[in-house]
Amino acid sequence: MKPVLLKGGRVIDPSQALDGIADVLIVQGRIEAVGSGLGVPDGAELTDVSGKVVAPGLVDVHVHLREPGREDAETVASGARAAAAGGFTSVCAMPNTDPVTDNQAAVGFIVKQAAAARGARVYPVGAISVGQKGERLAEFGEMVGAGAVAVSDDGHPVASSHLMRTALEYARSFGIPIAEHCEDPALSKHGVMHAGIVATRLGLRGIPAAAEEIMVARNILLSELTGGHIHLCHMSTRGSVDLIRWGKERGANVSAEATPHHFSLTHEACEGYDTNAKMNPPLRELADVEAVREGLKDGTLDAVATDHAPHHYEAKEREFDDAPFGVVGLETALGLGITKLVARGGLTLSELIDRMSTRPARLFHLPAGTLRAGVAADVVVVDPDAQWTVDPQRFHSKSRNTPFAGWTLSGLVHRTFVGGVTVFEAGAS
Amino acid sequence: MTAPSLGKDLLGLEPLSREQIQLILDTAEPFKEVSERAIKKVPTLRGKTIVNLFFEASTRTRISFEFAEKRLSADTVNVAAQGSSVQKGENLVDTARNLEAMRIDMVVMRHPSSGAANFLAERIRSNVVNAGDGTHEHPTQALLDMLTIRDHMGRLEGLKVCICGDITHSRVARSNIWGLTKLGAEVAVCGPQSLLPGAIGDLGVTVFRRIEEAIEWADVLNVLRLQLERMEAGYIPSLREYYRVFGVTRERLERASREILILHPGPMNRGVEIDSQVADGPHSVILEQVTNGVAVRMAALYLLSGGRPELAEAAKGAERGSGA
Repeated sequence: MKPVLLKGGRVIDPSQALDGIADVLIVQGRIEAVGSGLGVPDGAELTDVSGKVVAPGLVDVHVHLREPGREDAETVASGARAAAAGGFTSVCAMPNTDPVTDNQAAVGFIVKQAAAARGARVYPVGAISVGQKGERLAEFGEMVGAGAVAVSDDGHPVASSHLMRTALEYARSFGIPIAEHCEDPALSKHGVMHAGIVATRLGLRGIPAAAEEIMVARNILLSELTGGHIHLCHMSTRGSVDLIRWGKERGANVSAEATPHHFSLTHEACEGYDTNAKMNPPLRELADVEAVREGLKDGTLDAVATDHAPHHYEAKEREFDDAPFGVVGLETALGLGITKLVARGGLTLSELIDRMSTRPARLFHLPAGTLRAGVAADVVVVDPDAQWTVDPQRFHSKSRNTPFAGWTLSGLVHRTFVGGVTVFEAGAS
Repeated sequence: MTAPSLGKDLLGLEPLSREQIQLILDTAEPFKEVSERAIKKVPTLRGKTIVNLFFEASTRTRISFEFAEKRLSADTVNVAAQGSSVQKGENLVDTARNLEAMRIDMVVMRHPSSGAANFLAERIRSNVVNAGDGTHEHPTQALLDMLTIRDHMGRLEGLKVCICGDITHSRVARSNIWGLTKLGAEVAVCGPQSLLPGAIGDLGVTVFRRIEEAIEWADVLNVLRLQLERMEAGYIPSLREYYRVFGVTRERLERASREILILHPGPMNRGVEIDSQVADGPHSVILEQVTNGVAVRMAALYLLSGGRPELAEAAKGAERGSGA
């Protein structure tokens, strides 16, 4: 493996509080050194990256890769490629596959597919309950042994407070977070979008903000009760952000993520019954979008996660009520982050990299999110000022279900390295 | 004269302008007379093919559309969801494309999902008429309600109309709110709070919590059908209490300081949302609504097929000689 010297870029590494012009040297797939005026080793590839940002590869703790079960929509391999194209070097695959990833063999299958994929590293998340049915705990110990980094019943909120309590307690034995989709199913039943003026006008059933917030509050209280690490997925309401701020002030072991669509769009995107704007939790109101941006700025919300949810074209081409929830996100996340959070949301680029790499890696205990000497060279090179137009036909994902088609975004992924190997290069595919 | 046109589809009253709504109501006037003839037929839509695509049970709306189509001399086909390929899992767009491949001109659709008519209209070339989509809109019902009110009160502008009952799940309520407010009526809603959308005030309507207050305020009451399943789903405790607290009864109407016009889109639950004495009473125009329904639908179909409003009288008049 040829050494690579990335010369003269703006190196941003929140794990070391680095933000300045420096060179990054990759040798034998690892970060050899970060500093100025590094010499070029024999036979090294020398790349001038001046004007570009060099950062630890992005980490997404929440993606749906659909394998096994819906390989027509995505596979581990296609998802890993899409991730790399989006600047991600580590992603965590949710267990709502078919069959459900709720045992060590199923976790092992994801690990095997991930090893064969060329792109981002893919880490499996196991189910909390057998079959994600919310009845009895899945075998966390064996799943962790097989490679699971967290457990979640994502898509099927854990309705029973008792089950959530025992899950949080049991997960402590293995040092893994419980990632929870917060939704009171009795309150959100039959809902297809945010309960508000747009739903009233469109005649669509609403999902009130309280359906999420009730479970956010419950989960914070249960993490206090148990000491277990609760990670709250895709927070969408201002009330949730307030509750998490309150929970953190009380010292609860809580972390939380927000998606690019929740910090970029409001429920008005559902106008015209656009099924590409149908997601769960639903797009909310402007005040919620602003609260999510603020939460990401002040760290109440720890991480950006995409909730990448590929669906086959035909599945979304139907009545709003019948279309599935979800949007793809891996290939637009960084552009939306730079456009909506850095250019207009008050985050520094370093804070964005922190929320998209360093912090999520730390939360899920992944060997990522840093450019420290000696670690695997998972690196992204980004041109933060380059503008591009979202064209779903050019996605590496198998699916195209995005509400951002035609948007102009700032921040183009130039090159992605995983373990020192180039897994994506702009214009090379 | 440049009259406004309706465009390709009639999906709801929200997207229509005041002028477009006025146009349909005005065009309905000459068509009323057709149904009063011995031979109830004009050649206006001769040679046009219309499919009535009903994914939800409906008696009066489907029959009303069918009469309107037949009295305009269109060829009609009724497709009910039961027994069609929809039951075999075919999706809506495939069903519609197959119908269109048979070279039809219009689709009149009733569907349980909000937005289904918009979805269809974006995907086929034929005109689409929304005969009710989920809890979204039911434009021809609101138009016939408005025509009936106008017939009796002589105007819509400045009138106080209260829609009573389950607003949350009512497409009739939504279409009436859009249509009436655009034509300058004052609109209120009244019903149990559990059946009023939280954001209803943002649609520019007044909210009355008690039926007595609504009756005191209104010139017109449009009383909605209360679906039995709302009780089963826990929105209200019982039909009995609904009648006692929210029912439109003769006693309540007699206490009002003026006479109130009573509408109901049907089918009625006598003794639940409306008392029989009110439904059959002197101020009820419920059957006139049904009569007007045919005229409004004739007008809508005529305008969508490209008919010019100023020629409506002539278009039907052409047959008068042979028909009379």
